[in-house]
Amino acid sequence: MFNLNDLKEKLATWLDGSGPHPDLVLSSRVRLARNLKGFPFVHYANKDQLNQILVTVREGVKDFWPSQDGLFLQMDSLSDLDKDFLVERHLSSPGFGREREGGGLFVGEGEEVSIIVNEEDHIRIQVIKSGFQPQTAWEIADQTDDQLSRGMEFSFSERFGYLTACPTNTGTGLRASVLIHLPGLVLTNDINKVLKGVSQVGFVVRGFYGEGTNVLGNLFQISNQTTLGRSEEEIIENLERITQQVISYEEKARETLIKDARDQIEDKIWRAYGILRNARLLTSQEVMNLLSALRLGLGMGVISSLSLLTINQLLLLTQPAHLQKRLNRVIDAPERDLERAALVRKKLSKGEEDGWNVQ
Amino acid sequence: MLCDDCGKNPATIKFTQIVNNKKTVLHLCRDCAEKRGLKEAISNVSFSLGDLFAGMTKEKSDKVEGEKAEILCPGCGHSFAEFQKIGKLGCGICYETFSSQLKDLLRRIHGSNQHVGKSPPQLTPKMELKREVRKLREDLRKAIESEEFEKAAELRDRIRELNKGS
Ligand SMILES: [Zn+2]
Ligand SMILES: [Zn+2]
Repeated sequence: MFNLNDLKEKLATWLDGSGPHPDLVLSSRVRLARNLKGFPFVHYANKDQLNQILVTVREGVKDFWPSQDGLFLQMDSLSDLDKDFLVERHLSSPGFGREREGGGLFVGEGEEVSIIVNEEDHIRIQVIKSGFQPQTAWEIADQTDDQLSRGMEFSFSERFGYLTACPTNTGTGLRASVLIHLPGLVLTNDINKVLKGVSQVGFVVRGFYGEGTNVLGNLFQISNQTTLGRSEEEIIENLERITQQVISYEEKARETLIKDARDQIEDKIWRAYGILRNARLLTSQEVMNLLSALRLGLGMGVISSLSLLTINQLLLLTQPAHLQKRLNRVIDAPERDLERAALVRKKLSKGEEDGWNVQ
Repeated sequence: MLCDDCGKNPATIKFTQIVNNKKTVLHLCRDCAEKRGLKEAISNVSFSLGDLFAGMTKEKSDKVEGEKAEILCPGCGHSFAEFQKIGKLGCGICYETFSSQLKDLLRRIHGSNQHVGKSPPQLTPKMELKREVRKLREDLRKAIESEEFEKAAELRDRIRELNKGS
């Protein structure tokens, strides 16, 4: 059994830069919504019922998930900082553990599989894989769902499938998504055209960390909009097909940039590197945008040996709650900017001492 | 929630009446509701698609300024109107209780109201068998690839056996 503090020095495996196209697709995620038969949905359940649900899931998880391999968190006992920390690691949502009591979270080894209890539905199974591999993420989620369903009965009907609190999730209860980095399309101004095309075929595009229209670091999340009337395999295949298409558009945009504006792009990348190496104050948004330039530089071969792992590590470690967990205290925004800049400088120069040769 | 009249059966209808500016709310079981003469209101509600308030206006004595009868889910005691306000259904049984309204709504959201995906393994032993066979076939392919012929023969026998049973 490991505890929450063990996570802070580790990188979630979904950010380890493995899998296909990891410089473009940071991660692939699959989420399954399930509810227990015989209980009202979470919004209408009382404290006692929420507790019974949590106990039922906990017993079910024990059967296939040995305790030494996982972490169990009772949301009510966590500090605000810990709750933010889990959101930054994509293990929780901002309202979870705040809107209602009785929430629980199981986190498996490497944070690939997690089970969220009493969020919007009784159960949400989440699998995140590094790189472009929705199919693998689905297979793991499917298997976890089978294992979990042995110890409990889910609310299900032949007609409507898995029954969920919100009818937008009814049916498969499946939400599959990829987190994709598209700086080329942003720079060539083709991004809106591509995103519009994606939404026309039944997929939703959002900015990273759910920021709505304010897209940070050129990161986008593409996910399926509908959950009923299509099989899980079909939803996954469609997501893979549409993502593959977006990848090829991004690659074309980068070719155009190299051909038409090589000097400007290289300048942009090296300036970003210069700022990250030398700045004394950095906001989290600024870091995300500068890291996007570094990621592009790596993908285009402008910076040849800076590792993707370092970029991913910085993306996570520079988030506000991660900075504070690292220092083990609550600090305000101006001091965070100072600490953030210091952390980035240290990480990037340590890399060079370790023998990275940067052009 | 139990019926306000008999106190025995679960309430499945919420009846709201406004008489002389005073609002009365009654939670009744179907039997007691019929006894009170709400039969027509009930059947109007259960057969109206989408429009819950169809059974609402009926010409009655001039003292009654408005009344409506709503179906309540026997699983959680909530009405479809509450769902429309909050956006969340009360429980799994709501899907049966409000099935006709939900069929419309789900079609509007998803373009379909018929599930075609996975079912819980307990409900579909045959599907689980298929899954198992698929997995064994994959193992078989790998065994042949890595030239583990003894293992492959074993796997082939097991697949044959499973297919016989189905
Ligand atoms: Zn009664
Ligand atoms: Zn209900």
